[in-house]
Amino acid sequence: MKIHEYQAKELLRKYGVVTPRGFHTVSVDGAVKAAEELGGKVWVVKAQIHAGGRGKGGGVKLARSLDEVRQYANEILGMQLITHQTGPEGQKVRNLLIEEGADIKKEYYVAALTDRATQKVAMMASSEGGMDIEEVAHSTPEKILKEFVDPLVGLTDKQAENLARGIGVPEASVAKAVDTLKRLYTCYMETDASLAEINPLILEGNGNIKALDAKFNFDSNALYRHPEIVDFRDFDEEDADEIEASKFDLAYISLDGNIGCLVNGAGLAMATMDTIKLFGAEPANFLDVGGGATTEKVTEAFKIMLKNPKVKGILVNIFGGIMKCDTIATGVVAAAKEVNLSVPLVVRMKGTNEDLGKKILAESGLPIISADTMAEAATKIVAAVK
Amino acid sequence: MSILINKDTKVITQGITGKTGQFHTEKCQEYANGKNCFVAGVNPKKAGEKIFDIPIYASVKEAAAETGATVSVIYVPPAGAADAIWEACEANLDLAICITEGIPVRDMLVVRNKMKEKVAKGGKETLLLGPNCPGLITPDEIKIGIMPGHIHRKGRIGVVSRSGTLTYEAVAQLTEIGLGQSSAVGIGGDPINGLKHIDVMRMFNDDPDTDAVIMIGEIGGPDEAEAAQWCKANMKKPIVGFIAGVTAPAGKRMGHAGALISGGADTADAKLAIMEECGFKVTRNPSEMGKLLKAML
Repeated sequence: MKIHEYQAKELLRKYGVVTPRGFHTVSVDGAVKAAEELGGKVWVVKAQIHAGGRGKGGGVKLARSLDEVRQYANEILGMQLITHQTGPEGQKVRNLLIEEGADIKKEYYVAALTDRATQKVAMMASSEGGMDIEEVAHSTPEKILKEFVDPLVGLTDKQAENLARGIGVPEASVAKAVDTLKRLYTCYMETDASLAEINPLILEGNGNIKALDAKFNFDSNALYRHPEIVDFRDFDEEDADEIEASKFDLAYISLDGNIGCLVNGAGLAMATMDTIKLFGAEPANFLDVGGGATTEKVTEAFKIMLKNPKVKGILVNIFGGIMKCDTIATGVVAAAKEVNLSVPLVVRMKGTNEDLGKKILAESGLPIISADTMAEAATKIVAAVK
Repeated sequence: MSILINKDTKVITQGITGKTGQFHTEKCQEYANGKNCFVAGVNPKKAGEKIFDIPIYASVKEAAAETGATVSVIYVPPAGAADAIWEACEANLDLAICITEGIPVRDMLVVRNKMKEKVAKGGKETLLLGPNCPGLITPDEIKIGIMPGHIHRKGRIGVVSRSGTLTYEAVAQLTEIGLGQSSAVGIGGDPINGLKHIDVMRMFNDDPDTDAVIMIGEIGGPDEAEAAQWCKANMKKPIVGFIAGVTAPAGKRMGHAGALISGGADTADAKLAIMEECGFKVTRNPSEMGKLLKAML
């Protein structure tokens, strides 16, 4: 689960990380009022969407008067902000963060994430703050320092100092940087985050260390024990169909192709999508119905896939293990009837009660195309939509 | 022979009294020598009772002491599953198989480091398979987990995969063309897990009853590449490789928590290229895994 920058900063402040003062608002008047309350001569008007690259897309402006605050807030609120992470259609801006200006002397990058290879928490730091970190990792990987933290021990002073000195924090500010890193680590662990990134972490003229921008992702398996994080969830920023699917315990992700797929198991679902591509078309979605697919779940899955106007055909690929093929076949027939299916449907079923399942499909009176292998199913659906 | 488990393995079921645990314990009992293999269940509140004629004990330690079991299978719900793994480890079992899906990553991180710390201090190592996995099976001997037993045949091909249904797919293809399996192992779709591809490939390499292996991976993480490098230097048996997720977009979690592309090296294309370079026969067509393997024998 992702959250907004203003929420990430709220979380960081709770853990004692210093951030610029600022207010969240959803209106132009609110933006001006926030700036008045903050005082000073310079303010930053920041679009809040769940995607990076907001500055380059025109979603972050420096205002030097209250009139400029009003002007920028007016421009940014409601705009379709396009960044490299939003896709070409962009994301509508509904929230703003109004912040005091900062005296930036140097920008760093720091982050915490779970490292699969070492099974430790990787604390990362770089002198190249404010940049796209993936670009840094690609072109100058030596500029990203890592310390692997044993969760039974925690981030040690030595590790934090190695990072702070390694990225060139001046000696007078090292203690402050160490403190920030340790607080970031604690925040990461206690909130069950899967990524906690401060970019940039800045050094100010007076030697202070501040988090100027922040990004968090959370482990969805752990949300049950963090109601305070769940409260941060902003449904406007998420794909409506994916939310709808999650209500029925379906893992759904919309993609750009025209063949809908309904599969049981994440690995088999990906393999099915890959097979569609291999035979010359593109999948319209990833959809894992999971282990216990009922008629109701299959029907909902069909409805969600068919909401996508690009879908010109559907491929169902089920490996009946514990779940029997006849149960699935009954579900598919009921779903196809309920939604008045008007696009070609290819069903491939394998495993327990396979023959019984095929018989149910054949006798349903529906124009369902049957296939024995994934390759055959893909060939047939690709031919049917052309 | 086989890897990890055989008809003489004695198994404790943690979470035996839950709905999932009951359902699958019955199926495992019915399979091959299952009646003799599944010897104990654990539930502190129901100690002394029996379920499907299996005695229930208050703890894994007690169950192991009373029955001589060396393996446990875990169906405990996510919030308590990491503790259940640790309990199996503290009881010094040889192997814990965690089926549970949805365990918080932090819990896995902590328990994995506790397990490693125990070994570093000279304690006995308990291997972990999973979590979020279908388990493993040695056909015609024993099945521990949630896979459909009837698709398997006894034979000499090893199968290892992160994904459950994709393992079944490979197994069914092999069985259909007359190739049985020595063992089929699902290592699970979570980012922090126990046995990895490399560990299972090592075991298949050492197993005199395995002639060849199908290794199936997914997008995300470094494990398949690591296994491929090891195989290049050590593996004496032919391998067919497949990676699911060529069409998966970056930054989206494809069902499995571990199936998420983060950098350039963990895409399906990158992994397929490394596997090919390391001597695997790779395919982009998952319907061909069985056929390709047969052609290599």
